[in-house]
Amino acid sequence: MIERHDVIIVGAGPAGLAAGIYAGRARFKTLILEKGVPGGQILLTDWVENYPGFPDGIAPFDLIDGFRKQAERFGARIEADEVLALERRDGLWHLTAGRGEYAARAVLIATGSVYRKLGLADEARLTGKGVSFCATCDGAFFTGKDVAVVGGGDNALTEALFLTKFASKVFIIHRRNRLRGEKILQERILAHEKIRVLWDCVVEAIRGGDCLESLTVLNLKENRRFPLPVGGLFVSIGTDPVTGFVKGLVEFNEWGQVKVDTSMATSQPGLFAAGDVSDACPKQVATAVGTGVHAALSIEDYLERL
Amino acid sequence: MSDEIIHSSDAAFENDVLKSELPVLVDFWATWCGPCRMIAPLIDELALTYKGRLRVVKVNVDENREVPARYGIMGIPTLLLFKGGEMMESIVGVVPRNRLVDAVSKYL
Repeated sequence: MIERHDVIIVGAGPAGLAAGIYAGRARFKTLILEKGVPGGQILLTDWVENYPGFPDGIAPFDLIDGFRKQAERFGARIEADEVLALERRDGLWHLTAGRGEYAARAVLIATGSVYRKLGLADEARLTGKGVSFCATCDGAFFTGKDVAVVGGGDNALTEALFLTKFASKVFIIHRRNRLRGEKILQERILAHEKIRVLWDCVVEAIRGGDCLESLTVLNLKENRRFPLPVGGLFVSIGTDPVTGFVKGLVEFNEWGQVKVDTSMATSQPGLFAAGDVSDACPKQVATAVGTGVHAALSIEDYLERL
Repeated sequence: MSDEIIHSSDAAFENDVLKSELPVLVDFWATWCGPCRMIAPLIDELALTYKGRLRVVKVNVDENREVPARYGIMGIPTLLLFKGGEMMESIVGVVPRNRLVDAVSKYL
């Protein structure tokens, strides 16, 4: 028995849940499929400071919990299932998932993104042994140690500032000669006595036996290599969109994000995208919410014209 | 959270895990760890599914420092699998359900 819905949203991060609130209020039979539990990338952050309405900031888990309850209040149902394939047959979208099959008149791709790895030897072996992708999770294990953060965007700067609570020294390894993250974060970074930015530098090698011991850092400008003894390496070099199940179905931009038009529609009828997975969202909770809501309104418009 | 799960500590670890007759899955976690919360429902599910065949134990790394240090835990979530008092396998970070089920099944 295939469950039929008006709208199926794939992914229960900020974009998917915000779309769920609107789709529910539009009285569409709405299902949100999430392979893990609601939240997504934002759960790797310790504190959300820039989401409007929370002047003192909010814990990401509490924010997401609010989104989830609000979506469910208006009738959206959230199921734990991983979508593996998507196909259009007889004017409906058919979704094959790990635990069942589903069909819907419109589908919103809101699968988000996952953190990017450095791609260096021993990175996988030493993950959880000094190499980390989540300062919030692992920072406390590095109390009194020297650590490094790779990257220069919002997430890297937030991680570096968080790590100063525990580490004795935090090196930021950044391949350019200026940071990219929010100016307010840059100000805090440059003024912080525990933080030192290694400009124009990349990590070339990761070294360690049972746990991480040091890095080989390459200064790109001077073409000079030097060892950097650190107990922790926090990798924060961006994310890749999660698009496995729509490969070959929609168009992508050069970063692998799903191309959408000004109504958040993809190149396929009744197939929309929002949040980090789309090419219309600058990786903020607020923009994920914005694009999710926009997509839900466009879906409403689309379904009413059918 | 499932009733099947034992919340262990530095003091109780030997009894709860090392002396267990059943294979044990130990989940090292903390309240401030988002990914730990992400996998928590999966850990609950395993505890129910393999009741009587697998013991599922959680160790809060905030309240217990000795056991995590002994096993070189430097990132959470980390899942360790024990059989007959010996550590057989270590799984770091959020992993898909199938990978965890496969790992656990080997020791049942």
